[in-house]
Amino acid sequence: MADLETFRAETRAWLEANCPPEMREPVRDESDIYWGGRRATFKNDAQKAWLEACVAKGYTVPAWPKAYGGAGLSPAEAKVLREEMGRINARPPLSSFGIWMLGPALLHFGTEGQKQRFLNEIARGEIRWCQGYSEPGSGSDLVSLQTYGEDKGDSWEVNGQKIWTSYADHADWIFCLVRTDKADKYQGITFMLFDMASEGVTTKPILLISGNSPFCETFFDNVSVPKSYGDDVPAYVGTINRGWDVAKYLLGHEREMISGADGGDRTAGIGAAMKRHAARLGDDLDPVLRAELAMFDVDALAYTAMGEKFLDEIKVGKAHPAQPNMMKYAGTELNKRRHELVMAVGGSRSLEWESEATEGGKPSRNWLRTKANSIEGGTSEVMLNVIAKRILDLPGA
Amino acid sequence: MPLYHNEDQAMLADTARGFIAEEGNIAKQLRHWRDRNCKDGFGHGLWKQMAEMGFTGMLVEEADGGLGMGHVEAGIVLEEIGRNLTPSPFLTSSVLAATALKHGSDDLKGRYLPGLIAGDSVFAVAIDETAKHRPSRIATRAEKSGNGFRLTGSKSFVIQGASADMIVVAARTSGSDEDADGITLFAVPKDAAGMSHASVRLVDSAMATHTRFDSVELDGDAVIGEIDGGRAVLDAMLLAGRVGAAAEGVGVARGAMDMTVDYLKQRKQFGKLIGEFQALQHRASHLYSEVEIARAVTVKAQQLLDAGAPSAELMASVAKAKVAKTARLAVQEGVQMHGGIGMTDEYDIGLYMKRDRALAEFLGDAYFHANRVAELSGY
Repeated sequence: MADLETFRAETRAWLEANCPPEMREPVRDESDIYWGGRRATFKNDAQKAWLEACVAKGYTVPAWPKAYGGAGLSPAEAKVLREEMGRINARPPLSSFGIWMLGPALLHFGTEGQKQRFLNEIARGEIRWCQGYSEPGSGSDLVSLQTYGEDKGDSWEVNGQKIWTSYADHADWIFCLVRTDKADKYQGITFMLFDMASEGVTTKPILLISGNSPFCETFFDNVSVPKSYGDDVPAYVGTINRGWDVAKYLLGHEREMISGADGGDRTAGIGAAMKRHAARLGDDLDPVLRAELAMFDVDALAYTAMGEKFLDEIKVGKAHPAQPNMMKYAGTELNKRRHELVMAVGGSRSLEWESEATEGGKPSRNWLRTKANSIEGGTSEVMLNVIAKRILDLPGA
Repeated sequence: MPLYHNEDQAMLADTARGFIAEEGNIAKQLRHWRDRNCKDGFGHGLWKQMAEMGFTGMLVEEADGGLGMGHVEAGIVLEEIGRNLTPSPFLTSSVLAATALKHGSDDLKGRYLPGLIAGDSVFAVAIDETAKHRPSRIATRAEKSGNGFRLTGSKSFVIQGASADMIVVAARTSGSDEDADGITLFAVPKDAAGMSHASVRLVDSAMATHTRFDSVELDGDAVIGEIDGGRAVLDAMLLAGRVGAAAEGVGVARGAMDMTVDYLKQRKQFGKLIGEFQALQHRASHLYSEVEIARAVTVKAQQLLDAGAPSAELMASVAKAKVAKTARLAVQEGVQMHGGIGMTDEYDIGLYMKRDRALAEFLGDAYFHANRVAELSGY
């Protein structure tokens, strides 16, 4: 514990010296987030300086081993770093699907060569990745995916279409589920890695009800994917035809992330803030709305305790392996309710789609965005199926 | 502190689970005493056994002959009591009254604690005066009378009031009905002249009383804590009781859920187990999720209370409200998914529904505590 306190003091001093004041301001919009990649530009010098300082220290991916661009922090040290960054409201220096998704998959399934190359690129923010999972005909039933890679000896020829590919139009590379054996549903999928600049790859942004386009349709027309990128750097993660194992591992990881279980305060009660919000708009809370807020806060504060318990149990291996599904289900449904209430408190002000007072329609756009929470990463209905089968052991589930 | 049981607590949970399932199960206790129309509504034999297990005095300080344990431990016992619908004086005597007596004089402790620890005595608490829990308003009055007090008024929903060897009574010694100050707590012995009980059996087969105090003369040493300063003791007692009731409610919810999920795996209709129907699977999974969350926040409230954290007040109300909502869901889904037999007295699931109703009402229902969450949060 004394060591941890020393680490905390050192971390605090390091952050004080290296985190520019501009990087301690709340994230206002998309341009404040640095995603990295070949085409990335820095919004300002502070963003650049903050990234470079963190890269040098291994703090873009603090819990990864030093050899792969991390700082090799223990879970306890990583928690201290999060707490200290939170204390000064430090922004994440780098956000990316490489850090959240591909990295964990490579740490678990990757070859040494893949780790050396890809993890270091991710840690330095040099390559921006996107995820090719869902297809028009394969949403909840993901394993039915049809995108096909025909074996051409040293390469595959990939044809098909992905959908809901987050920021595919900005991504450099894709980690992609591709069918490589049409005869075996589960053991006929390969987890491939390839360059989005390859000939035959096109992307088309999808306009959402929120007015934003974070997702794309991604088309593959005779895309040639080499099977290897060099010594010990295969173009697939794990084993050929066993990509479903990797996908399942990552889905579990994604559900944990979406459930908000790995931190954040979006689960705290909102009633008091809503009363102040109403007051700023010249109103008071309707008694029935106040009652709904109170019932919501009961559920939200209880869920926060559940999140704490879940993390405590994960650390010591006590959590049921399917428990992230329950966290994802409860957390996303709660977040949808939260934004319904925020909209109700805001009244006609929250309907404004484009206005300065709402910073470009934030309440309504955020409200609409939350409707995807219980769809992406596995729908609430799929989560309930998994709980029924794996936790309650119900028949035929 | 991690939000799961440490080794000692896990051992206690194993012991409590085995003991209460064996000795406190529905057939041996709830149905047994109910079917005999028992005037107490619980068995003194089991209470004595619980004393031998060390449960009755678990919250009592070691210096006073107890085990000096905390609310996490008391909650472990209460969850098993809830799961087995065990009628027992544990919550009122070992949690509520024991918490009040912590603030009592050495004389009061010496008079009452040994009987509690030995399982020879049963205590009740008299707080409510109307049909809803509203401890902010106390109209029962205690006037100065010689060296003591004269108590006048009435209380309702006094669980096991007619069986109690002592009743903790919240009365007003100054000010008006709605004042926060001016409250004094009294330990009223069962043979106090002028105290009368109208016993009533409740929906869950528990016995409660409407208790009247007609110029009941009390010695000055019946006072628990400070004269006019009883609100703090009352609040401490309510806090402990609410966290305890939440733990018992988690047990009720889990018991009803487990019984229902088992039933889904046995009952066949349309040629298959009804647990194969997705319509029921999703409802069972949702219930599981709610029960897990309710249990987590209850343990959180227990830990905060044991740590003496100011936020225990808020978290106790969150827990009481969340558990009340969740146990309600569990018993309603339980009866519905059992179908017709869920309506029969022969099956136990209906007993869970009855117990939930009474337990949720005790010390404030989900509405009361959600409102309290709003008030404590500043809106």
